[in-house]
Amino acid sequence: MAWPALIAFTIFGIVPLFGVVALSFTSWNGISEQISLTGLDSWKTVLSDPGLPHALWVTFLIMALSWLAQTPLSILIGVFIAAHKRYRALLAVLFFIPLLLSQAAIAITYKMLLDPNFGLGAGLGFEFLQQNWLGEENLALGVVVFVVSWQWIPFHSLIYQGGVRQIPASMYEAAEIDGAGRVRQFFSITLPQLKYTIITSSTLMVVGSLTFFDLIWVLTAGGPSDATRALAVDMYQTGFKAALMGPASAIAVILVLVGLGLALLLRRLGGRDATASQLEGA
Amino acid sequence: MTTVLDSRATGKVAGAPPARSKRPRILQYNFLGGLAGWLWLLVVIIPIYWIVITSFKLQNDYYDTSPLAPPANPTLENYRFVLENDFVRYFFNSVIVTVGSVVPAVVVSFMAAYAIVRGSATSRFLRSVNSVFLMGLAIPLQAVIIPVYLIIIKLQMYDTLGAIILPSIAFAIPLSVLVLSNFIRDVPKELFESMRMDGATEWGTLWRLALPLTRPALVTVTIYQGLQVWNGFLLPLILTQTPEQRTLPLALASFQGQYSVNIPAVLASVVLTTLPILTLYIIGRRQLLSGLTAGFGK
Repeated sequence: MAWPALIAFTIFGIVPLFGVVALSFTSWNGISEQISLTGLDSWKTVLSDPGLPHALWVTFLIMALSWLAQTPLSILIGVFIAAHKRYRALLAVLFFIPLLLSQAAIAITYKMLLDPNFGLGAGLGFEFLQQNWLGEENLALGVVVFVVSWQWIPFHSLIYQGGVRQIPASMYEAAEIDGAGRVRQFFSITLPQLKYTIITSSTLMVVGSLTFFDLIWVLTAGGPSDATRALAVDMYQTGFKAALMGPASAIAVILVLVGLGLALLLRRLGGRDATASQLEGA
Repeated sequence: MTTVLDSRATGKVAGAPPARSKRPRILQYNFLGGLAGWLWLLVVIIPIYWIVITSFKLQNDYYDTSPLAPPANPTLENYRFVLENDFVRYFFNSVIVTVGSVVPAVVVSFMAAYAIVRGSATSRFLRSVNSVFLMGLAIPLQAVIIPVYLIIIKLQMYDTLGAIILPSIAFAIPLSVLVLSNFIRDVPKELFESMRMDGATEWGTLWRLALPLTRPALVTVTIYQGLQVWNGFLLPLILTQTPEQRTLPLALASFQGQYSVNIPAVLASVVLTTLPILTLYIIGRRQLLSGLTAGFGK
């Protein structure tokens, strides 16, 4: 009974995984019948191209900044909704809406909202909102981080809510008898008890951020001047726009290796379930 | 947002006097968390509110009035415009792709999960099948899209809806198997035993025992994968070419270029695109939320 699933996944999951490694040693324009073996050429091209360190840097920036933006807020909100049954139900419903929208729809919406002439800033007369958000390099990267957080903070808050609810109430009662205040309780009980939740949530954030493509592609297409050209965007542009499938495959292999490395690293830090990493990306 | 973070860093607001902590924990008011929660709710809601009201605005009103003001002359014109412009075709493409991949994916995953739970103790093969799926969770679609594209070309399926469906099925399998097998594992062994005593076949057990007991997990998995496929962008972008084969997310992106002057119409199509998945979510919300939080919470 396991066969149909195994066959389907092998053809489109396992075979391509080896295929992408094989293709990184070939030259192919994506259209012609001809795929020729070129040895290490693609790898030399990719590794000597200053575009790769740049794409890695952009990927790292988006990953680190969105982690920094999302984690403290998600924990804070998660702790809050865990304690309040009424808010919990209401917030869970409303918080979920961004997760239902496609990244393409979200990107389009923000493109319009942030338009310097007709967007929210211009319409409401907020001067600080009236910038050319997607036209300036630092701002565009910030917008990507913000939009990612907009979509995912609600999800991670819900994860933290689940984690908080599993902390035994007796720990807080004991702390109160010892005279520990709220802040002390938060840092001495809540945070340490959330260790595994933090690692699970961080794994999802970090590994998922490697695969941001739809959002960036529709929002900025990697621009302005490559400011948001993260690895997945770099791969798409190299392969499907510049018709260099060999180098694009090499970039894809790097993507896999970085993802694997990060997942293992986070697991080392004490996580148990690094396997759920795919969720956020696909 | 920054103010929330700042005050948290200084810890001024969070410190409630110990006297207050004597109250039961559940009644304590977590001021900072509350502030963050409600502020973030605003951050989440304002763009959504803006999408919805703008989709009912006349184009002139869009440029002339405050963006957050409700429509002065509410109109369905944008919806009519969108529905008359191929939206229906893209919609049905998306329906075909979503149903066509989620149903087979959930069925084969359920069978695999059942086989793995029932057979892993004795079968080395099934244990390795399980490891393959677990490993599969870590393979991002982006990383293997080039070979998938090559395979689709070789199968002569490029630019068909099938080109989107087949890989979508495959990539839905690992997580579905994981969730479903975790769930089936919780079914008490005695129930399986008694089914066997009654002379039921494995198929009979699967249909009459495992299926009904696994229903909540099946709903979770179906909604989650439905969401993934419905909102999928990369596969349609790479595996199809002609407008006839476009699915909604891709159509949205091209709408945006085509009707860039008609923002209310683009937003009407965003609303229409989201409605089916919102409906599905409302129907299965409880199960989806409990499935997700139980799966990731700890």
